[in-house]
Amino acid sequence: MTAPDDHDVLPAPQGASAALLRSLLAPARGRVRLTVVLLLLQQAAVQAGPLLVAYAIDRGVPAARQHDYGPAAAAGACYLLCALAAGLMRYAVVRLTARVGQDALLDLRGRIFRHGQALSVGFHECYTSGRLVSRATTDVESIRELLNDGLQELIGVVLSVLYVTATLLYLDPGTGAAAMVSFVPLALLVRGYRRRSIVVHRARSTAIAAVIVKFTETMNGIRPVQAFRREAVNDAHFERLNLEHRRTNAATSVTMARYVLSSRLTANIAVASIVVWDAYRVAEGGLELGVLAASVLYLRRLYDPIDRLGMFLNSYQSAAASLEKIAGLLAQRPSVPEPAVPVALPERGDGGAGREVIFEGVRFAYRAGDEVLPRFDLTLRAGRTVAVVGATGAGKSTLAKLLARFYDPVEGRVLLDGVPLRDLAGARLRREVVMVTQEAFLFSGTVAENIAVGRPDASRAQIEAAARAIGAHDFIAALPEGYDTDVRKRGGRVSAGQRQLISFARALLADPAVLILDEATSSLDIPGERAVQHAMRTVLRGRTAVVIAHRLSTVEIADRVLVMADGRIVEDGRPAELVAADGQFADLHRAWRDSLV
Amino acid sequence: MRSLARLWPYARPVRGTLLVAALCAVLASCFGLVTPLALKWIVDGPVADRDPPGVWLGGLVVALLGVAEAGLAGARRILVAGPLAGVEARMRSAFYHRLQRLPVSFHDRWPSGQLLSRATTDLMLVRIFLSFPLTFLLANGVTILVGFAVLLLQKWTLGLVLLAPVVPLIVLCSLFEERYSRAARTSQDRVGDLTTIAEESVLGIRVIKGFGRHRAQESAFARQSALLRESELRKASLLGRLWGLVTALPELAIGAALVLGVVQVADGDLTAGTLVAFLSTALALRWPVESIGFLLAICNDAAAATDRFFEVMDAPQAPPDAAPEAGPAAGRTGSATVRDRGLRLAGVEFRYPDAPAAAPPVLRGVDLHIRPGETMALVGTTGSGKTTLTALIPRLHDATAGRITLDGREITALPRARLRELVSVAFEEPTLFSASAGENVLMGAAGAGEAELRRALAVAQAGFVHALPDGHRTQVGELGLSLSGGQRQRLALARAVVGSPRYLILDDPLSALDVHTEALVESALREVLATTTALVVAHRPSTVLLADRVALLSGGRIAAVGTHHELLRGNREYASLMSGPEHRP
Repeated sequence: MTAPDDHDVLPAPQGASAALLRSLLAPARGRVRLTVVLLLLQQAAVQAGPLLVAYAIDRGVPAARQHDYGPAAAAGACYLLCALAAGLMRYAVVRLTARVGQDALLDLRGRIFRHGQALSVGFHECYTSGRLVSRATTDVESIRELLNDGLQELIGVVLSVLYVTATLLYLDPGTGAAAMVSFVPLALLVRGYRRRSIVVHRARSTAIAAVIVKFTETMNGIRPVQAFRREAVNDAHFERLNLEHRRTNAATSVTMARYVLSSRLTANIAVASIVVWDAYRVAEGGLELGVLAASVLYLRRLYDPIDRLGMFLNSYQSAAASLEKIAGLLAQRPSVPEPAVPVALPERGDGGAGREVIFEGVRFAYRAGDEVLPRFDLTLRAGRTVAVVGATGAGKSTLAKLLARFYDPVEGRVLLDGVPLRDLAGARLRREVVMVTQEAFLFSGTVAENIAVGRPDASRAQIEAAARAIGAHDFIAALPEGYDTDVRKRGGRVSAGQRQLISFARALLADPAVLILDEATSSLDIPGERAVQHAMRTVLRGRTAVVIAHRLSTVEIADRVLVMADGRIVEDGRPAELVAADGQFADLHRAWRDSLV
Repeated sequence: MRSLARLWPYARPVRGTLLVAALCAVLASCFGLVTPLALKWIVDGPVADRDPPGVWLGGLVVALLGVAEAGLAGARRILVAGPLAGVEARMRSAFYHRLQRLPVSFHDRWPSGQLLSRATTDLMLVRIFLSFPLTFLLANGVTILVGFAVLLLQKWTLGLVLLAPVVPLIVLCSLFEERYSRAARTSQDRVGDLTTIAEESVLGIRVIKGFGRHRAQESAFARQSALLRESELRKASLLGRLWGLVTALPELAIGAALVLGVVQVADGDLTAGTLVAFLSTALALRWPVESIGFLLAICNDAAAATDRFFEVMDAPQAPPDAAPEAGPAAGRTGSATVRDRGLRLAGVEFRYPDAPAAAPPVLRGVDLHIRPGETMALVGTTGSGKTTLTALIPRLHDATAGRITLDGREITALPRARLRELVSVAFEEPTLFSASAGENVLMGAAGAGEAELRRALAVAQAGFVHALPDGHRTQVGELGLSLSGGQRQRLALARAVVGSPRYLILDDPLSALDVHTEALVESALREVLATTTALVVAHRPSTVLLADRVALLSGGRIAAVGTHHELLRGNREYASLMSGPEHRP
């Protein structure tokens, strides 16, 4: 077993985060370009200010002294125009970048979600739900910050630096060159900051994921938490995780602060030195006063974006840490991959006789060396009901999971009407093979919606028919709002038995050719189970069914019984034969009879 | 935005730091504002007088101002980093602390995704608010005031021109604020809904996989993300408008001042140096003014986040524990009359707090007495309220009427921690926590050791634990090995019995076990039950036989009490609940 932290960052190929970011922005290429153009214009409008000031002072003032107000008026008019243009373009840019960012986020959220859903159950059993949730929430959030403001910031910063430098070079090449020299130490500072901050951001993102895992676990298990007085222990544990997050959180801020401090310092000293030098030259007559005035204004602007660059880098690094994790998640290939070229399944005959299932030389282990099912062959004939019995841990559920293709066998193959499951398109397979487990998870939403998970396009009449068929209609109709009752958070208001009935109805509605019931009636009371048994005789007609049950009542309706022990099928035959044979099944059957009193 | 004031109790411990930080920011921006004056002095003085040493002096002053500004700006950030991360952490801990203690009915109502998004993104927004806008609204406000004072002092006519846009800006900002805060709230609620869907889709992965119908879940997620995108775009559109205005209006004023200034310089009313300094100051003020746009936006986001945080913090808490062992009756167990001993429910009524007014209560007048050491089975149809009834005894829910007493003491008179120590529960849904298998069992009893652990595992037939990779030290739960339903159920059973509790409640404890294991657990459990007062929810005769007597729950009342065989003979409903399929009438 691996330590929890090993899972937080899944390995991703080199450059996967950058490629991910690029692919997210690719569809918005046109908008990004338009944004760049708008920002170019906007910067031009903003940066024209000091130039106009220089013009007004150098040309406007002397002209005005001659009572020629033309140049001054022209400068004023241009300034006003620029102001309006800058405002309008700012508006347009904010909207555009928001659009680009939100589209990319929509895409990213969808990808994480779909990928999470596509990954196999085996993956989900190791990668905790809290982590996956944190990928889809806090990690996306930090990318949102980057896309929302970062893009604008970055382009704005680059453009503003380019503009100001160009203008300075134009006004006075000496000043411009001096300013460019100051970029060297600044670039070094930026580089250092990037190197340090990715480390602290990575740590922070891991820390918050740990907080989320603890949080979700507590809230989802609030009943046992309160019943077993775990509150104080949990508080202490949460406090530890939270402190770690606090530490990393503060570390990212301090790293940023150091950068701001050192780069501001460098910039301000550069401004002072250049001003002194320029002033010296004006005093010597080598430079016009207006040029000095404009240079001074521009120099201050040149270094203005330093903080913004820092903010951008900060959100970039935080996003990069998140991108890494998301890219790692997206790089996980499902261990039960979709076939490259799906094979079509022969049509089900009229009236449907179910489908034949063959396990051909199948062997299975969850972990290497820890064999759960040794190599075996098994044929389940179409339309028949097979009961699988055996002690807990005998491998019954594993057999079912292989048939539902939650896992692929390590060796051998599982065939459905002659077609290997690996070669079936996922959607097709799921239409044909449906598995109902004892967990009976309900999604928030109404009872009807929960039943319709089996077939989203089902009509209310079909939903009710499915519920009626397994005897769930009466209790559903008695709920405060009938089928439209909200089952709340994970079915808090519906009893375990009722949940099982709902999930049973869900399976019926899906109308699969192969139905797997894994302890699907364990929480039902006897009349409920009886109703289900009764219904099954009709419901299972025309389907291949695999029924795993501890209570042997189910076995009564089976055509065939498999008894499993330690991953092997030890008995196989008709129920009556096995009862007569006096083997393990006969033994189980007796015990079960006794348990009924 | 008034809700931001509610952050004060959390910000209070760091108020000194915040004050110093605000001072740093104000000083830093003032130094930034004074710099143009120094530049003016250089231009009008040494440069005009061709005085090189004067230039050096001016340069030195500018450099010193620059160092001070940078130092203060950096110091501010370093100062607040730790304390504000601390505020966020404290708020999160307080949130978690409170959530753990809110009644179960609260958790039934609230999707955990909504809670999670409050604990993460919303609290981050609050921290960002405390670290930037709070300081900078103050610092920039002061900067703007000082700046305008400087401008007015230099040339009051030009200063007034620059002040002109202030009034429309204030009006526009307040209009914006109102609309933006609504949009912000919508957005954050949608984030919460999205989190809920994400969480459910992961927790329900087996069902989704089993049906291969990701479509419903995917389209719900897509719909919700599209809604979020839409509200985010709405925010952006509002923000864009504000930014545009905040950018354009001051620039327009500066343009007007420029023309006016040039005319005044030409007329000799103003020196060129003053105009340069004036415009330089005006331009330096541009950022503080522009920043108001996004600062207000963050404030609004933070205000919405604060509201969301306090919605949970303000949720009605479970009524406080009774004063510990105050009354004479509470302290003495021995004094209870024989009649009162054991677990007694009298006239217990319960309805879910959010049930529609018209709906009948789930339990309406339950009377039941379990004698000390007796085991009572609770039987009833699916959905009759058995699980609800069991939740009332450890007070996961509080009965809406009636009394529940343990050895004559009302459970409401006991501190909850003490009550839950006395009453141990094995839930229908066996939840394991991320801890070792042993820890999961031992959390049932404070101070239980290795011997108790072994005994409890033996009772629950959970010997498989010893075969796990690290024995009972193997990590299980979310962060560890996933166990089968039957294995989880046996660990949960072991957890319930580990401390030899006085009262034991088992909710269908054997449903996921095979017949053989069930029989073994039953015989081991019998020994435990012999000395424990227990209530066992049962669906099957085999479980019922663990009990001395059986109570039939029907129509929200206890319809009958008796031994299994008595009820089987005398009660038709019971007989139909307990007879196997082959005895179908």
